[in-house]
Amino acid sequence: MHMADALLSPAVGGGMWVAAAALSARASVKLRSQPSESLAPMMAVLGAFVFAAQMINFSIPGTGSSGHLGGGLLLAILLGPHAAFLALASVLTIQALFFADGGLLALGCNMINLGVFPCYIAYPLIYRPLAGDGSSPSRRLAACIIASMAGMAMGAFAVVAETGLSGISELPVGAFILLMVPIHLTIGLIEGGVTATVIGFISRAQPELLTVANRMDRTRQSRPVRRVAVCLLGVALLTGGLLSSFASENPDGLEWSIEKMTGKKEIDGIGHPIHTALASLQSKTSFMPDYDFRKDDAADKDDARESAAKTGTSLAGVLGACMTLLLAGGVGLFLRLRSRKHL
Amino acid sequence: MTARSERIRTVDEFDLLAAADSPLHAIDPRAKLLTVLLAVAVIASYPRHTVAGMAPLFLLPAAWLALGRVPLGFVLRRLLPALPFVLLMAIFNPLIDRAPLVEAGGIALSGGWISFASILLRFLLGMSLAILLVACTGFNTLCSALLRLHAPRVFVVQLLLLYRYIFLLADEARRVRLAYALRSGGERAVALPVAGSMLGQLLLRVMGRGQRIHQAMLGRGFTGDLPVRHTFRWHRRDTLFLLGWAVWIILARAVNIPDQLGLFVIKALA
Repeated sequence: MHMADALLSPAVGGGMWVAAAALSARASVKLRSQPSESLAPMMAVLGAFVFAAQMINFSIPGTGSSGHLGGGLLLAILLGPHAAFLALASVLTIQALFFADGGLLALGCNMINLGVFPCYIAYPLIYRPLAGDGSSPSRRLAACIIASMAGMAMGAFAVVAETGLSGISELPVGAFILLMVPIHLTIGLIEGGVTATVIGFISRAQPELLTVANRMDRTRQSRPVRRVAVCLLGVALLTGGLLSSFASENPDGLEWSIEKMTGKKEIDGIGHPIHTALASLQSKTSFMPDYDFRKDDAADKDDARESAAKTGTSLAGVLGACMTLLLAGGVGLFLRLRSRKHL
Repeated sequence: MTARSERIRTVDEFDLLAAADSPLHAIDPRAKLLTVLLAVAVIASYPRHTVAGMAPLFLLPAAWLALGRVPLGFVLRRLLPALPFVLLMAIFNPLIDRAPLVEAGGIALSGGWISFASILLRFLLGMSLAILLVACTGFNTLCSALLRLHAPRVFVVQLLLLYRYIFLLADEARRVRLAYALRSGGERAVALPVAGSMLGQLLLRVMGRGQRIHQAMLGRGFTGDLPVRHTFRWHRRDTLFLLGWAVWIILARAVNIPDQLGLFVIKALA
């Protein structure tokens, strides 16, 4: 369920990074304003519990496979939304750095997908109203399952949206949703059930642990969560949009919309010094200018000469890539041998 | 999923590598972190069908492996468990995009296979850089670099504490797992009805242990902040390191070096 760097465009990844950074800054401020000295170590302990819980596999009935606890909702119930979000964010950071789960660019996406939905939406908007004061085990079970399934489904939708917007994967959005959502609803069902049992166990064994989060929640002025979500979405879209308009080295979309607006193929800017300078810069920096690997071009034009040229250049590309890799490896080997000598 | 649980056991191998001394270890962690972030963003910015154009960026992991004296096997062992998910996502590309895009030597390659290879290269590059960054810097130093780069203090303290607790709690989890295996005839996966109370039991143990540690920390003057010692200073070589790699990364993105090289060689041979 971790979003991966390899499927992300910088605009989507950057936008989500900014949104996640803004949220963790906000959560940090919220936690600072209510200093509870036992909270910081509790967050760390529960974050580490997520890792420890992953070592306990349980068998999923009827499938022959096994799974482990994700822990988003559990942390939100035990810590309250802000502390739980920061704890999950730190868990995801360590997973990205040490276990190659997701990646650094995808870290923002993963904090949103796996942190925001359980902590800021599923827990306050679904779990708390449904579970009530938590005295009825069956209500708690239902609340856990529904909240967990909803959180997982939202996370799955977000993964689909991020992948679709990035455009690295060819998977059509509709098929991807059909693939992701049922899987994650099932995971959410099991996760919700296990979460409810864990909470039930704690409420029997050490009920005072559950009151920490509840007390924190009540002292917190309950801000309208919707406003936060809307702001967040706005920030993500804005930065994503800005980044993508800066980053697009292929101004197709822009050219297309200009063409639509003016009815001309290009703005009459030729002769203007800035325009010509930019145009020459663009032709220099644009990627593979005359043999762009785009499907529509490749399918339409069947010029023999062009396809010959394409084979030639792709051969050059393959040859050059092999040589570059050999050179890179050679530099590495040289550096290693030299450092051995120095030892 | 056992592979995943075993991975937690090997986190301390990073600390062994990070405690070593090498030219790369001596570079300011901020310079390394910023280089990796730039590289990761640039890797993602390549168009979907780029394969050969990304090759020059492999100079980064190749040089860092050597400069930091990190065994290649260490990085590969960490990449392997994350590979299946990436493969699962990437395999849809050749299934969906079957239009032939390149012909070389009489073999037509579809656009899907090329973007498949591109996704794998992105994964290899980005992930190996993240792993090398931690292996040649150490997590504590990396966190203090984050602080100096103005990351929220609460978050950084949380990262540092979490990193310390992971080892402790992994031991607790191992004990619980062993106890279950001994009583269930070697069964690895826990039956679902038992899982909830077992995890609850683990949670209580863990929280109890956390509270005891916390009391001990308070007794030694813990105020909610971990004092982070900045042992590094920015030297001219750090500026050179950052600038040099930035120029190489941006050059590799702006000019298709392998293509130019290949064309040059073909012309020279012809």
